[in-house]
Amino acid sequence: MARFIAGRLLKAIVILICITILNFFLIHAAPGDPAAVMAGEAGETDAVFLQQLRERFGLDQPLYMQLFIYLKSVVQLDLGYSYRQQFPVLDLIADRLPATLLLSLSAFVISLGLGILAGAVASARQGRWSDTLISMVALIFYATPLFWLALMAVLLFSVQLGWLPGFGYETVGAGYTGIARALDILSHLVLPALTLGLFFMAVYVRMTRASMLEVNTMDFVKTAKAKGLRPGVIQRRHVLRNALLPVVTLAGLQAGQLVGGAVLIETVFAWPGIGRLMFEALSQRDYNLLLGVFVISAAMVLLFNLITDVLYRVVDPRIRVTS
Amino acid sequence: MHSIRAFRGVASEEGRMTEEPHRPVIRPEPVEGRPAPVVRIERLSIALPEGADRPFAVERVNFNLRPGELLCVVGESGSGKSMSANALMGLLPDTVRVAEGRILLEETDLLREPADKLYDVRGRRVAMIFQEPMSALNPLMKVSAQIEEVFEAHGLLTPKERKDKALQLLTEVGLPDPPRAADSYPFQLSGGQRQRVMIAMALALEPQVLIADEPTTALDVTTQAQILKLIARLQKERNMAVMFITHDFGVVAEIADYVTVMQLGRIVESGPADEVLYSPEHPYTKKLIAAIPKLRAGAAEKTASAPVLTVEDLTKTYHMGGGFFKRQRDVHAVKGVSFTLGRGETLGIVGESGSGKSSVGRCLVRLQDPTSGRVLLGDKDMAHLKGTELRAVRRRIQMIFQDPFSSLNPREKVGRIIADGPIAYGEDPKRALSRAAALMEMVGLDPRGVNRFPHEFSGGQRQRIGIARALALEPEIIVADEAVSALDVSIQAQVLDLLGTLKKDLNLSLIFITHDLRVAAQICDRVMVMQKGEVVEIGPGAAIFGAPKHAYTQSLIDAIPGREKEAAMA
Repeated sequence: MARFIAGRLLKAIVILICITILNFFLIHAAPGDPAAVMAGEAGETDAVFLQQLRERFGLDQPLYMQLFIYLKSVVQLDLGYSYRQQFPVLDLIADRLPATLLLSLSAFVISLGLGILAGAVASARQGRWSDTLISMVALIFYATPLFWLALMAVLLFSVQLGWLPGFGYETVGAGYTGIARALDILSHLVLPALTLGLFFMAVYVRMTRASMLEVNTMDFVKTAKAKGLRPGVIQRRHVLRNALLPVVTLAGLQAGQLVGGAVLIETVFAWPGIGRLMFEALSQRDYNLLLGVFVISAAMVLLFNLITDVLYRVVDPRIRVTS
Repeated sequence: MHSIRAFRGVASEEGRMTEEPHRPVIRPEPVEGRPAPVVRIERLSIALPEGADRPFAVERVNFNLRPGELLCVVGESGSGKSMSANALMGLLPDTVRVAEGRILLEETDLLREPADKLYDVRGRRVAMIFQEPMSALNPLMKVSAQIEEVFEAHGLLTPKERKDKALQLLTEVGLPDPPRAADSYPFQLSGGQRQRVMIAMALALEPQVLIADEPTTALDVTTQAQILKLIARLQKERNMAVMFITHDFGVVAEIADYVTVMQLGRIVESGPADEVLYSPEHPYTKKLIAAIPKLRAGAAEKTASAPVLTVEDLTKTYHMGGGFFKRQRDVHAVKGVSFTLGRGETLGIVGESGSGKSSVGRCLVRLQDPTSGRVLLGDKDMAHLKGTELRAVRRRIQMIFQDPFSSLNPREKVGRIIADGPIAYGEDPKRALSRAAALMEMVGLDPRGVNRFPHEFSGGQRQRIGIARALALEPEIIVADEAVSALDVSIQAQVLDLLGTLKKDLNLSLIFITHDLRVAAQICDRVMVMQKGEVVEIGPGAAIFGAPKHAYTQSLIDAIPGREKEAAMA
């Protein structure tokens, strides 16, 4: 196992460097650069001023030199400096990452947990009204635009009912500490996490349902019945576990989206996460910050892929032993 | 395990059920000296859903299962034999319904018991083993846990005792190294070993009745012989009543005490094994017994003709694994195989699973690239050609596959499936399609069938389509890989006849890969026996089966079920 992980890590690093290079060129292919944006905002059109800005940011260097310098610092775990925000990129990201991870991980757990549960129930009641209801509800959440769901949730639970705060990460200026602060953050988390979670849930519902129905027709389920096992035990022990294999694959793919996938929700709920940071960096051509966010998201995707593969080996002995 | 579609297919199966109705031959059951039945199935009828080809899956059948006796229920697919067993086990699919009858386990009528009482019956008083040992065990659970579960389901023993008992059972069914087997996952065991695990599981609670649904059909002949011995032994030791479902009269001859023959849901003949086997009275029984290929070389030895195919030192090695940190593992599937094939000759390649016979076949048609060696078709070396040159030669050697269900594209019409090859070689699509119709006729199917999809045909008919597809390219050589293994005996005989006729008419050479020595003996001029990737013996069929020189060939022949009784079965 250790060998497997080491091998995969090595591959991941190579892939990460490739992604960084690719992103670097893609960003530079877009028209405009940070100097032009800054000068434009300042109303300056003076070519000399622009040139000075470019020299300060190192943008006057040939592209390959810029790439080389950037890669060198990335390898040293330095993501550079954001001239727009006047802060090191790493600090900016580190500041926002926990909020994003908190939101996406909660949404992920909600979607996976509810999805598998609902899918299992639906498969057990195949063809009955509860099955139809589950599929319909899941589909409605999936088909409705995410921001609309979010706005409606705010309108209902925050504005109308006043149960939960509608935006932000915590109550500004309340000065809570310890458990009080945790509870405060939690109450802010509920709406965005639920909205995002319910949106992604549909995929797991359908996948789990279809997969369980398929496993139900397999011979070993008949063997389990022939043993005299009760249906509940058969579903839990024999069917669900086998049916989860494809769900794990899917979840692994989705987990990679944890960092970048919440942009819309972060915007609607004014959640101070990476998504919004990235959006701002993009509109300002803040190369270093943008690249930094990309590197971190790519690293997350690779990390979660690795976790999925490890998990797969835990769940499925056939993979563990044959390779 | 029969789907509704399978039932529909039966009606259209070629010429199978056309004989005039004949009264069933039910011999009176001798009562003297026999224990009272533990299970009595009386006038059982199971209704099929509307739209099936017949109203009843089984109709008014009667069975008695007595302690210490083995009842063989024989019939072809769709005869209702598995359905009867599933009814006894309470495992009928939701789509069917019991229309009448009783299933008495001692004095309890299982059909009228409440569902939660049946949990106590299943596994404890009646146990079952299935056909496919590969898929009948949960792939994610260790063997021991799956056996322990039987005790757990019935609330017996402590976890520690369950573990010990599981180990003891694994020892009893003759698994080598039981502690290791207990700690294995199913995929780490061979097919025969898995079937032993299934048997251990079924025996766990010492049931009065064991139902075995084709338990050896998926196994190699030598493994089959061992499993049959094991079942017979355990049955005698434990005085169990066994209901053994099979389509193979060889197996019947080997182990049955009592035989019931089923056709289309009805019992057509029943009686003590020897009477049914040696003096069958119902025409259907007679036909089934006559359809068993006999183990004596049929075709006379041909005078050697110029070879159309010469294989020299063919080797295929699979590389497993290999990566950053992993070491590569080599599997030698084929090791230095050489042989020739004459024009108009049929060469049989026989061996057990893993012997490399299918790898040889796939290398010959270049579905796989041989590791080394030469495959000479005239002066062309199939093993080393590339690109257009390879494409040009490919049409001269065609393949027929084992599984008539998965080897035809379900989304393509049959005509198109047959015409695909010629069209790929540049034939005008219209002409190719009209030739497809002619080929359908040649293989004994209605030419109008070209506009239908594969699922509208039965297994035997699909295999005929597979033959038509191979013939469409006008090959010189056909490689048939277990081409009749998935078919019922009577259909098998028809397809073999067809292959024989076509071979003669078209002057084809045939390589016939099979695990079934009876089939090989019937149609092959020469036979090549393979074991672990190597040829152990090659020669005329009569010599191989009449006087095998190699011990392995002898052991294969010895393992054929019912061989001793074959002569008497005429």
